[in-house]
Amino acid sequence: MTAPAQMPPPPPAPGYASPIPVVRTHLGHALASEWTKIKSVRSTVWTLVLMFVVTVGIGLLFAVALASDDYVGWPLLAGGFFGVMLGQLCIMTLGVLVISSEYGTGMMRTTLTACPHRGRVLLAKTVVFFSLAFVMTLVATTLTSLIHSSLLGDQDIPHYAVQDPYMEGSIENGELVATAGHWMGATVGASLYVSLLGVLGLALGALLRHSAGAITTLIGLVLLPLIAAMFMVGDSMETAREKLIEYSLLNGLASLYRLPMEGDDTATGWPLLGMLAGITVAALIGAYARLTSTDA
Amino acid sequence: MIELSELTKRYGGKTAVEGLTFAVRPGVVTGFLGPNGAGKSTTMRMILGLDRPTSGDVRIDGKRYDQLPEPLTYIGALLEARSVHPGRTAYHHLLCLAQSNGVPERRIGEVLDLVGLSGVARKRPKGFSLGMGQRLGIASALLGDPRILMFDEPVNGLDPEGIHWIRNLMKQLASDGRTVFVSSHLMSEMALTADHLVVIGQGRLLADTSMARFIEENSRPYVQVRSSDPERLRVSLADAGLRPVPQPDGGFEVEGVPAARVGEIAAANGLVLHELSRRQASLEEAFMRLTHGSVEYQAREG
Ligand SMILES: Nc1ncnc2c1ncn2[C@@H]1O[C@H](COP(=O)(O)OP(=O)(O)OP(=O)(O)O)[C@@H](O)[C@H]1O
Ligand SMILES: [Mg+2]
Repeated sequence: MTAPAQMPPPPPAPGYASPIPVVRTHLGHALASEWTKIKSVRSTVWTLVLMFVVTVGIGLLFAVALASDDYVGWPLLAGGFFGVMLGQLCIMTLGVLVISSEYGTGMMRTTLTACPHRGRVLLAKTVVFFSLAFVMTLVATTLTSLIHSSLLGDQDIPHYAVQDPYMEGSIENGELVATAGHWMGATVGASLYVSLLGVLGLALGALLRHSAGAITTLIGLVLLPLIAAMFMVGDSMETAREKLIEYSLLNGLASLYRLPMEGDDTATGWPLLGMLAGITVAALIGAYARLTSTDA
Repeated sequence: MIELSELTKRYGGKTAVEGLTFAVRPGVVTGFLGPNGAGKSTTMRMILGLDRPTSGDVRIDGKRYDQLPEPLTYIGALLEARSVHPGRTAYHHLLCLAQSNGVPERRIGEVLDLVGLSGVARKRPKGFSLGMGQRLGIASALLGDPRILMFDEPVNGLDPEGIHWIRNLMKQLASDGRTVFVSSHLMSEMALTADHLVVIGQGRLLADTSMARFIEENSRPYVQVRSSDPERLRVSLADAGLRPVPQPDGGFEVEGVPAARVGEIAAANGLVLHELSRRQASLEEAFMRLTHGSVEYQAREG
């Protein structure tokens, strides 16, 4: 009964020609598609709103608390750090979900059927998510920094602080001020940091294809060095502990707000931001390799 | 036209598809049949470039899937599992697909109308029934008005009216000159829609034939006859040169004879008949015979 060789001749079918104009697809199509995807899921919108409320809200609470008490010796914009530290969790989660939720629901198969170029899909997702995360955190951190500078500028500065090299540039005519560098760190720097962490989450989502697993891994990457350092007691571990904290990802964010946890008092956080960018790019390359080499 | 040559897929040590070679032609509905776990869905995923063949090759009009510049306007597919984000409305699901391939947005309304989901376009699929989810999948497949369509068990979850609709839709699509490739594990379903038949079992090709030929070869007509005196009936039929095959209910199946002749023999011997009817072996039986040795997940009788 198997007789493929002498099959009846194929019916005279001219094939079908669609009236829809054929368009050669490019990255622009993938970007438009990913933008529609990210904004058409409610949880995305809520996660971003939550990030905004947490970052600005906690920033505001800190500013009010700092203003109502004696000067604690921090640079002007430093208090914004605490809101961002929590707000970043939202961006990290969102980054992971951009990809892992597609694996979880089977949407990834639809996505890759519509756009078989794995690299293009990954790039479009990364660009759309990074831009959205960066703009949203930039607005939140700028607002927080404006709150801090308007509420804390007129504090009484004790005279010993004036000589502290750590306060270099922070005090002008007895008033607490922020330099352009401080502003850059607390707004653009912090937003880049948070968005890059989100992209790292996206890459982990593609590597692990599992939401909870990828979120846990990412939080672990951020917190583990600090937790490990807590257990490194004793003089013999002193240097190792200090290095661990100094190069931890969270210290990068703290340093951008001029609150370094360890190491150089005058650290700006930008080198650590560079390190994070390096890690993120490496993770993206890994994600690309996984996407192109394994079944969807 | 979809062409498979020596297509093989192994997952670890498990062979899902082995050495499949066949072609799916335009202008007809090609049914893709096999029992559970035969490798139908795996084959379809490989056609779409979702799963990588271990060896062998699939071509769509001579090209690999990832060489198609505008895949959705070329081939539309309904995948086995529901492949949508439950939190994105039907409209936005189709919109992101349309945008990714430069398909005009007016097509979204057209396909939603076609599958009967216009009323829930702004609803999220997490509240959809199985059949509605299936219809959304069919809408996605039709979105780019493609020349090749592939449906993995499209009748799954559809009500009788929906099944009737999808049958006619597939025939219509094929008569437009499109290539229609549809999987099923129901022979009876395929007999109603497919013009051509590809049967696999445990990943191997078992048959590649036209539906008409399959029916002709496999649905032997026979006569079913029952009498109050089975033994005398058997003897009389045997005396007339026929070969009655006894049935559990006391009746007989007789091949190669018109029902009238059986009736005449019975009358000539003064036998009372309780049943005399012309029957055809079902295609389902033929399908089961064909795939018998290659059923992966077989329920034990009793
Ligand atoms: N990702 C995978 N990993 C491991 N094994 C797999 C995978 N996908 C499929 N298989 C195996 O390959 C075989 C073929 O599966 P497939 O889903 O293609 O069958 P099918 O013909 O579509 O069955 P059904 O009629 O039940 O849908 C099965 O034995 C299945 O267990
Ligand atoms: Mg299947």
